Amino acid sequence: MSNTNGADNVNVSRRRILINTTTAMGAVGIVGAITPFVKSCAPSEKAKAASSPITQDISSLEAGKMMVVEWQSKPIYIIRRTDEMLTTLALSNPKLRDSNSNESNQPDYAKNRYRSRDPQVLVMVGVCTHLGCAPGFRPEANTSLDSNWTGGFLCPCHGSKYDLAGRVYDGSPAPLNMEIPKYKLIGNVLTIGEDS
Amino acid sequence: MRFTHKFRQWLDIRFPATQTYEKHLSKYYAPKNLNFWYLFGVLSMLVLFNQLITGIWLAMMYTPSIEGAFASVEGNIMRDVTDGWLIRYLHAVGASALFLVIYLHMFRGLLYGSYKKPRELVWLVGMGLFVCLMAEGFFGYVLPWGNMSFWGAQVILNLPAAIPHFGDSVATWIRGDFVLSGITLNRMFALHVIAIPLFLVFFVFIHLVSLHHVGSNNPDGIEIKKQIDQNGIPLDGIPLHPYYTTHNLVGIVLFLIVFFAVVFFFPEGGGYILEPANFEPANSLQTPSHIAPVWYFTPFYAILLAIPSKLGGVIALVSSIAIFFALPWLDKSPVKSMRYKGILSRIWLAIFVISFLTLGVIGTTQLDHALLPYISNQHLAQVMTFFYFLYFLLMPFYTAIENVRVPPSRVTRGHR
Repeated sequence: MSNTNGADNVNVSRRRILINTTTAMGAVGIVGAITPFVKSCAPSEKAKAASSPITQDISSLEAGKMMVVEWQSKPIYIIRRTDEMLTTLALSNPKLRDSNSNESNQPDYAKNRYRSRDPQVLVMVGVCTHLGCAPGFRPEANTSLDSNWTGGFLCPCHGSKYDLAGRVYDGSPAPLNMEIPKYKLIGNVLTIGEDS
Repeated sequence: MRFTHKFRQWLDIRFPATQTYEKHLSKYYAPKNLNFWYLFGVLSMLVLFNQLITGIWLAMMYTPSIEGAFASVEGNIMRDVTDGWLIRYLHAVGASALFLVIYLHMFRGLLYGSYKKPRELVWLVGMGLFVCLMAEGFFGYVLPWGNMSFWGAQVILNLPAAIPHFGDSVATWIRGDFVLSGITLNRMFALHVIAIPLFLVFFVFIHLVSLHHVGSNNPDGIEIKKQIDQNGIPLDGIPLHPYYTTHNLVGIVLFLIVFFAVVFFFPEGGGYILEPANFEPANSLQTPSHIAPVWYFTPFYAILLAIPSKLGGVIALVSSIAIFFALPWLDKSPVKSMRYKGILSRIWLAIFVISFLTLGVIGTTQLDHALLPYISNQHLAQVMTFFYFLYFLLMPFYTAIENVRVPPSRVTRGHR
């Protein structure tokens, strides 16, 4: 019978403090326990190891053609543009979203209308800035793609359009021009991932 | 006989065997007017069972690494293992079949208001199942590591990168690498064979427990529990077993005939179940020229395609699925079933179905191949996305203002 009397004398606030502190400690424990599971999902040391620059001889690359090489597991597009192609790039195309490449990623020496060191040779990371597909090279003009189409790249995944300097067309889901990597070109020897 | 009886007594003292059997089968009273549309719940459980069994066997034969994955699927499973091709086709066709029956199951919910009070939780758990199923379908699609697997994974795993500021770090954390790699493939394998199936089975359990707690809806959308006899049994209810179990067997047999016809004679489904580009190994330098997800994701893919903005597209894609969760609270109609709702609800449901199907077709069509004259696929997708969302966003208005008919107090057999 004394137990029932004891129940009336429960110190409610003391009990509440004990429950709350125990819950809080439990929550801290859970956060601690989750931490290694979250951290183990980040790139491992092996994945973090920086990949080294690559070199490529481009003497066999004909004018108007594209070659694709792999660098850091990404496709690198190398295009030797014809004078005709360069003329189309020189004309201002009102449909480009970032025609001066102010928002886009490129080294300073490629921040020009050709987006390259040497106007003829375009070196570009062939990864669509939308969701990472490799856009197809569509050099021919006058396709049904766009009234202003003078050749460029069409991403097969969601239809983003780029001109022959990798500048994105307005109305594409891609926000930015395609990235230009660091590179240097000495004669016909191209080094990607290093520029000095 | 005596022994089984004794064993049951022994068991019932220790485990609620008879009680569970009665609660969920022999004394679970389902409305007697359930029609064809009520078959797809049971079929989805059947196909899920097929996926679990064939999946266990495939996991025994598959190698989760970028060097071994493609060869283990196309070489080992399809050629070397006895009947490996059959198990794989059962699994691949099963994935398409599961989405088909789930879409029909969900349409049934829209038609008869199965999401409305008191079945909101049944609907929410069901939507949780649908999201898990989409994840499961995607992870499974990546595992053969064909070129479509690779580029599909590239796109989907880049979706979080659209989040402003820390999107790239999130995408890297999910991939476990700066680019899509073997680390990502192993991760997809673990999620596909362990994590998501556990969630699926658990949610199916919760889905059924909550359904059996509130009772099944029916084509008239009325609560049979309101009309009970002196024993407390619904006048319009019949026990799930043996009535609906035997009844469902007919549908199951018909379904299996069609299912096996596809498995044996059209396992690739004309490129819709297994896509041609996926018979090539993954190539990180070359995106297939015609890329599209498998058919069951194409409506959502077309919504992504419709929006000419990276973040906007991802928001539209996520919202198109998330908005389903709000359905129980968007429908303000005093009646559940489309049989008694007004003309506006019917028109909007038709518009929704048309826009969903059209988006699905757009998602399978090549970008430079316009479906209709005078309108590009992207513009058509924009129009259809607009109506898709309008069905939900206008629902609180059209369901509130339209004239509804008063449902009968007892179930009908579909006669007016």
